Amino acid sequence: MSDPSKEWPLWEVFVRGKGGLSHRHVGSVHAADAKMALEHARDTYTRRMEGVSLWVLPSAQIVSSDPGDAAALFEPAEDKVYRHPTFYKVPDGITHI
Amino acid sequence: MNMLATYALRWGDDSLILGQRLGEWCGHAPALEVDLSLANIALDQIGQATHFLGLAGAIEGKGRDADHLAFRRDVMDFSNCLLVEQPNGDFAQTMARQFLFSHYQVLLFEQMALVKDERFAAIAAKALKEVSYHAQLAGDWIVRLGDGTEESRARMIAGLDWMWRFTDELFAMDEVDAAAIDAGAGVDKAALRAMWDKRIDAMLAEATLTRPAPRRATLGGRQGRHSEHLGHLLSDMQFLQRAYPDATW
Repeated sequence: MSDPSKEWPLWEVFVRGKGGLSHRHVGSVHAADAKMALEHARDTYTRRMEGVSLWVLPSAQIVSSDPGDAAALFEPAEDKVYRHPTFYKVPDGITHI
Repeated sequence: MNMLATYALRWGDDSLILGQRLGEWCGHAPALEVDLSLANIALDQIGQATHFLGLAGAIEGKGRDADHLAFRRDVMDFSNCLLVEQPNGDFAQTMARQFLFSHYQVLLFEQMALVKDERFAAIAAKALKEVSYHAQLAGDWIVRLGDGTEESRARMIAGLDWMWRFTDELFAMDEVDAAAIDAGAGVDKAALRAMWDKRIDAMLAEATLTRPAPRRATLGGRQGRHSEHLGHLLSDMQFLQRAYPDATW
């Protein structure tokens, strides 16, 4: 690899497909600026299908949770069934829930 | 070939030769992402070529399909403009060619999408979406390189200077253009010049560049009089089909 300090920064790419409800993370691209990142994301991840929406953001801007904290963050929810609305019957024809 | 078939052939040849040139970049671009962008543009151009050459063959009515027209003609029978056959050079030179030509294709296809002949109008309408993207992408690179480092700026100026003399040909009209307009399929290319100048000048200004000095226009591509570059390009492109002329693939 060449000198990392001379490489374009990394951008995370989120795509909302035609008829999709939310943007999903699909991968990343290197680009010098946001506009270039959008163009590269378009070529790399959407093949320019019409009706899709793209988000790019600098990877450096993302703050993620620490895997070491996973137990404290997520496990308390697991044994409290009353927190989960799983006892309702969902009528037919209700989608995207 | 009748005039209308020749007319379709010209647009097919433009896209085919530019597609071939861009294909040469594959795996050699400055960055992985740029490699993908160039390949994408190349594929769009090859798609346009397939449509226009197919149409040319259909109008001609002698059973030549797009493959036959692409792979079984020699230099003198190609009618692409001289701009698209110019060598890739460095990245700036390639982007200069793309920038000048894509802005031309946008204006051309905008008008062609409105012609009475539905075959031409349909191909142009589809291609217009593609070339609008090419023009935007190339324009962004003109600005980045022109207004970039000292070296990128020098290369951009040199690239534009190389390509500039071939731009007058884009707007030259001849009897084939006149016949196509009469047949409800043609575009008045000369009328596109003012708008093209305006767009090019605006982008050059944004890139802090000025128009290359005017020089004697180099013409001849439409009549089959090409620069020395096209023969070599075709020998690469057509080798297999010339060696095995009637193979199916």
